[in-house]
Amino acid sequence: MLSVLIVGATSAIAEATARRYAARGARLYLLGRDSERLAMIARDLEVRGAAAVSTAVLDVTHDFDADTLVAAAQAALQGIDVVLLAHGALPDQRACEQHVSQLRAAFEVNTLSTLALLTPLATLLQAQGGGTLAVLSSVAGDRGRQSNYVYGASKAALDAFLSGLRNRLARHGVQVLTIKPGFVDTPMTAGFKKGPLWASPDVIADGIVQAIDAKRDVVYLPWFWRFIMLVICGIPERLFKRLSL
Amino acid sequence: MTTCMAGTRGRYYSHATTFDVAVATMRTRAMFMHSSGWGRHPIIETITHNPATRAGLTSTLRDVPDPVIPRGMGRSYGDASLAPHTLCMTRFDHFINFDIERGTIECGAGITLASLMQLSVAHGWFVPVLPGTGLVTLGGAIAADVHGKNHHHDGSFSQYVDEISLMLADGALLRCSRSSHSPLFHATAGGMGLTGVIVAARLRLRAVRSSFIEETVIAAKDLASTLALLDEHHEATYGVAWLDVNQHGTGRGRGLVMLGEHLGDGDLHSSARRPLAVPVDLPAGLLTQPVTRAFNALYFRRGLARCARRRVHYAQYFFPLDALRDWNRLYGKAGFMQHQCVIPSTTAAAALDDMLDAVSASGLVSPLAVLKGFGPANDNLLSFPQAGLTLTMDFAMSPATLALFARLDDIVVAHGGRLYLAKDACMSMATFRRGYPSWEAFQEIRARYGALGRFASLQSQRLGL
Repeated sequence: MLSVLIVGATSAIAEATARRYAARGARLYLLGRDSERLAMIARDLEVRGAAAVSTAVLDVTHDFDADTLVAAAQAALQGIDVVLLAHGALPDQRACEQHVSQLRAAFEVNTLSTLALLTPLATLLQAQGGGTLAVLSSVAGDRGRQSNYVYGASKAALDAFLSGLRNRLARHGVQVLTIKPGFVDTPMTAGFKKGPLWASPDVIADGIVQAIDAKRDVVYLPWFWRFIMLVICGIPERLFKRLSL
Repeated sequence: MTTCMAGTRGRYYSHATTFDVAVATMRTRAMFMHSSGWGRHPIIETITHNPATRAGLTSTLRDVPDPVIPRGMGRSYGDASLAPHTLCMTRFDHFINFDIERGTIECGAGITLASLMQLSVAHGWFVPVLPGTGLVTLGGAIAADVHGKNHHHDGSFSQYVDEISLMLADGALLRCSRSSHSPLFHATAGGMGLTGVIVAARLRLRAVRSSFIEETVIAAKDLASTLALLDEHHEATYGVAWLDVNQHGTGRGRGLVMLGEHLGDGDLHSSARRPLAVPVDLPAGLLTQPVTRAFNALYFRRGLARCARRRVHYAQYFFPLDALRDWNRLYGKAGFMQHQCVIPSTTAAAALDDMLDAVSASGLVSPLAVLKGFGPANDNLLSFPQAGLTLTMDFAMSPATLALFARLDDIVVAHGGRLYLAKDACMSMATFRRGYPSWEAFQEIRARYGALGRFASLQSQRLGL
């Protein structure tokens, strides 16, 4: 039976992904901030076919002990097959330009807390000799743009870390998957006007599960973002710096 | 409450210095947006709240000024889900309990009937009443007390709802059913969200042995034979007629009578198809008279050609339009309106004649029209169905459409009929009161539970509720 650990389990993409594992009869361990929401999701996943669902409250904006958390998850699941780290926040770019505290907080949530969790998880999966570490990054990490470079930078740091981790763990049979979604219609992006490039959390979740099944390394979701980012990254810096992006 | 507002440029957080707020992905969020029903007329500026928990809903209700209206997938056509503040309930899309032995299921109000069916049918349980789209929420289906192609035998949706968890104006959660707070139950079912916020509900399902339906299509050359065929096949589990209301003279009201029976072949497959989407608003002039006529003629001929029986998946049989996501964009930016009335059997034939005359006289065309028979009404105060015939017609929005609807409403009232609140965008208060004589009892119950003034939509204000 598949055992799945999800951090940021109350996020829309994580929940949609959890539903797919529940339908496969997986055992799940969910970490998130809102206990009532976690309980709703856990009950729902059980009805959808999950073998067992446990939850624990985690707020990464406060101090937490990653070793203890991972040990608790490991004890509940008795071996972890898939880890999905899906917590994150979209900081207000202009506020970050004015308040260093906001910039630090963005890195705390999107980068440092994720690295803190990945460290004991990597040790565990390496010792196990298998499993998957799937982490939500973003296309925004591929190149900094004036409209959201703080968010982009917080994800770019994550990307470099994941690429190193993949290099380290590949020989131990551990999959490290960097997930790069484009625009997704979730509560995190509720304030944005939506256009044809926007995808639903269900589409992203399908892509995540497929990429994990196929043992991929890096996945752009939906697929066309790979080509959009190829174009964006191909623009010479001399020209790029003049664009309003 | 976190307030994330979409301003003229990008977005900002009202408490920009508290990072806790900026990272809040769970709490209720509110934003300004242009909002409309499925017909995309009228469009108003609303503030939409998206609570994700009962605690979040309670605090939203505490903070938001009057009036407020709950909303699901926004599939009612007119202004029933529009108010200065709307409570979007789609994040309550959770299963709570599914008794696979007895076929009862409890879900959050925001789950769509399509996703409910996706799970339940795999276990051999079917939602007993299905509207023409699976993309309505459970809460919306109760609030509009939706009906399906089997109303003549099985009644409407709420008749399979055993219990509703309703959040009242003061934030208290009440479970109402036919035995507990029954007046509130009968006001809430069909009550268009005007009694409180439906948070969850328990539903009785019907056992099936297949996810497939055997469909039979029979062509009828004019209105009289369409009516005769519907009557003749009254015994069929599902029955509805597609009607061509754009033909003049002989052949007016020609139609395809579509019947359906559950198959018992043991195949409980879910439907895997992903819908195509209409990516942009099409030019308003697309569904013109010649295009509409040609489409209807083609559809009729296609129906003639496949008069035999065929096996179709339930999703294709019940939700044919869901295969084309955002199909309301076919009508362009101006949107469209749907006219759906029910006329008592005794006067139905005469009323239909008058209505088709009115459509011809207006020079407008209806790309889609549907006719079906209803069984008796239930005990709800504002439920739409009552014994007789129901006619549904879509029209692109224009000033002439409003004039035609006024004329059609007069015919409906004169024949003792009434209009479906879930479709309505323009009926008068007088038309409403003639059609729904229990409206005063409805208001009394709303007053008793503190809902008057607190829950209101553009529609309820127009109708004097």
